[in-house]
Amino acid sequence: MVSPILELKDINKSFGHVHANKNINLQISKGTIHGIIGENGAGKSTLMSIVFGLYQADSGTININGKSVKLKSPRDSIESGIGMVHQHFMLVENFSVLENIILGFEGELVFGKNLEKAKKDLINLCETYKLNIDLDSTISDLSVGFRQRVEILKSLYRGAEILILDEPTGVLTPQEVDELFKILRSLKEEGKTIVLITHKLNEIMDLTSEVSVMRQGEMVGHKKTDSTNKEDLAEMMVGRSVLLRINKSSAKQGEVVFSVKDLVVKDDLDVTRIKNVSFDIHEGEILGLAGVTGNGQTELLEALSGIRKIESGEIKLFNEIISNQNNFLDPRILKEKGLAHVPEDRQRMGLVTDFKAYENLIFGYHHQEPFSKSSILKEKEILSFSKKVMDEYDVRPNSPNLITSNFSGGNQQKIILSRELNENPKVLLVGQPTRGVDIGAIEFIHQRLIDMRNKGAAILLVSVELDEVLSLSDRIVVMFDGNIVGEKINKNVTDRELGLLMAGVA
Amino acid sequence: MTTVVDKTKVPWWAANIIVPLVNLVLALLVSGLFIFIAGENPLQAVKLIIYGSFGYVEGFAYTLYYTTNFIFTGLAFAVAFHCRLFNIGGEGQAYIGGLGVFLVAINFSFLPVPIVWLLAIAGAIIFGAAWAFIPAYLQAKRGSHVVITTIMFNFIASSLMIFLLVDVIRDTAQMGPHTVALPKELWFPTFKDFAHLFGMKIRYSPLNISFIIAIIASFFVWFLIWKTKWGYEMRAVGHNTQAAIYAGISPYKNIIIAMLVSGGLAGMLGINEILGVHHKIVAGFPAGYGFTGIAVALMGRNHPIGIFPAALLFGILYQGGSEVTFDMPNITRYMFIAVQGVIILFSGALENLFRPQIESFFVNRINKENPA
Repeated sequence: MVSPILELKDINKSFGHVHANKNINLQISKGTIHGIIGENGAGKSTLMSIVFGLYQADSGTININGKSVKLKSPRDSIESGIGMVHQHFMLVENFSVLENIILGFEGELVFGKNLEKAKKDLINLCETYKLNIDLDSTISDLSVGFRQRVEILKSLYRGAEILILDEPTGVLTPQEVDELFKILRSLKEEGKTIVLITHKLNEIMDLTSEVSVMRQGEMVGHKKTDSTNKEDLAEMMVGRSVLLRINKSSAKQGEVVFSVKDLVVKDDLDVTRIKNVSFDIHEGEILGLAGVTGNGQTELLEALSGIRKIESGEIKLFNEIISNQNNFLDPRILKEKGLAHVPEDRQRMGLVTDFKAYENLIFGYHHQEPFSKSSILKEKEILSFSKKVMDEYDVRPNSPNLITSNFSGGNQQKIILSRELNENPKVLLVGQPTRGVDIGAIEFIHQRLIDMRNKGAAILLVSVELDEVLSLSDRIVVMFDGNIVGEKINKNVTDRELGLLMAGVA
Repeated sequence: MTTVVDKTKVPWWAANIIVPLVNLVLALLVSGLFIFIAGENPLQAVKLIIYGSFGYVEGFAYTLYYTTNFIFTGLAFAVAFHCRLFNIGGEGQAYIGGLGVFLVAINFSFLPVPIVWLLAIAGAIIFGAAWAFIPAYLQAKRGSHVVITTIMFNFIASSLMIFLLVDVIRDTAQMGPHTVALPKELWFPTFKDFAHLFGMKIRYSPLNISFIIAIIASFFVWFLIWKTKWGYEMRAVGHNTQAAIYAGISPYKNIIIAMLVSGGLAGMLGINEILGVHHKIVAGFPAGYGFTGIAVALMGRNHPIGIFPAALLFGILYQGGSEVTFDMPNITRYMFIAVQGVIILFSGALENLFRPQIESFFVNRINKENPA
């Protein structure tokens, strides 16, 4: 076998308690398109950031063309022939294409000879790879697809032999995706090596010759694309760890209390993320919403909880319209009407991490009695309440005065849950309730959700953990690319079936 | 290499007292170098500063008079900052606040004196707040950065006041750009008046009951920020806007409220200057207090308990500094503006210069005492 152009050996990387890459081994052969697939949070981007010199591995070695290299910064990587196109482009919007590409590599104080030469080289590159870019246009005038090409051109100009693309199609329209694939193929024909990070199985099957699968920070397998299929890959991606099945009685389904009809939602970049979604949730049931991250779950939760405006359709709580294209009730009013929300991202949205624990325990309910009266916070009541719920939810340490960022992830999550469940909501929206939470806390949190259901709450559980969805839900819907692609009663449904739906295969 | 310190282990006094003190000492050493270069003895200058600001009753009273102004403008900056708004428009808000004091006092002078005072204080707050409202609205609704708009509003305030003082409300019997004086019975009692009550004979100093109002304002700010729903919401918006939206807290509303309170506090500088000292509007009376208030707030870590000593420090520098310039011919007034600049530099911009080292020093010591 020819020695690989890029070889990673026993790469480890941790961020605090999170072990993002565990003993990763990877070999990439020259002149191939190599896919790295895995769910969000599986550690793909971290691994490639290590290769690109953005992070340093805690241990392990990187070989390029058989020689061990130390990549301490992107500059080192660029000099070793590695280029990376990030999910979010690193371009100066008000600079021209040419200016962006030579940025940092001007090579002269006053533009002159070098600039002319750069221009010539770039025109050649554009022709070789059919990039079709006008070097003098300003970045802000270019579409997303073209901006991505500029990134590719930039890497090539800097001598990249290995080009890493991190989720390159996430922001593209289908036509732009086709164009991109054409470019990638022509790059491969010219002998470049491409590493494609993605969670989309179709892209892997279309483009790559080899594929490596990551799950929860580990490399779980390498395959030749010819000798595998989407189903196998989906299974490897999602994994089949031992299920934490929880004992629960069968649901006593009541009336529909929350219903979503023909919902369409756009994200901040004006991209339609929820295309047409309808579902109902009954009293006393947990509706699980499975799906790979980034298929619209975040926008869905935000729309349902009154944070995000919707484009069309309607959302009803107890037969009252709480959101349509003209109007939506804000989270405070929804809370008062009995809708609680445990957000997906606890540190960005669920908590003010600089606040003390007791301040977060009343967050969103602080204006109500007994926490405040005539707009003055009732410290004594708040503290005794905090002590009580922190005890009840076993938040450790039980110190309401500690700054929230000092609690572990699991305990932060318990702070949010205790706050949101305390008011006995009628409808509960839960996003990724156990992400980054230790096993003990997971069981505890699951039990609390089941208890809420048994008390008659209608619960929407959004999770990328299939085990979690399977063990808690009474009904399961699967979301893919902004649509609900399947609904199953949680009886005899297998994780394999769901995995296929999640990957958009079935 | 950056030093990573486990923040939970840093003793509060190391972070909040030792670090600012080290910065202050460094600033004073650098300032001493200036004085040395200017050909004077730095130790002698320190002696003069201390004598000038504490050594005799009138000097001390002057120190507290300056402190009063710095408390108002420091609090003003701090309140906005808790909502992560950089209100550098204290200068303009104070100027317009002074207009409020004067207009209310002169138009309601027929009422009983204490009532006029209360109304004038309200005038200061309302005018100052109103001047902060437009930048606040533009920030909240349009995203126009408050740093840009507030500094522009300083210039607008200054021009507007010059126009008013020259063309509209000028004391026509006089040449200077100032208004007529308020009736004497409306003048705030000064420290001298109180001293006379107790049989002490002292010379004039501008210290007046505004100092007490400033202390009350400090309590008010502390209560507002840490004890009320409004302060809670402002801090939530300041720390994490997205979380605030999630919790049903309106960033829009809180940006406006924080800026109004901030502007109101800056406007209260007008109480000290108009009711307490000049008894009329004099062109340019805010004299940079609004800007120095930023340094006071930063040095005082945006907490009233920190703002008071920081305001006192700047009071000492103002008063002691003028003593030095009086006695040392080589040291000019501008020298002391430079000294202030150095202090602002060390306690503001270079605030974190030695923080990691100092904090890790104390953390290491604690770790040594209680090995895990």
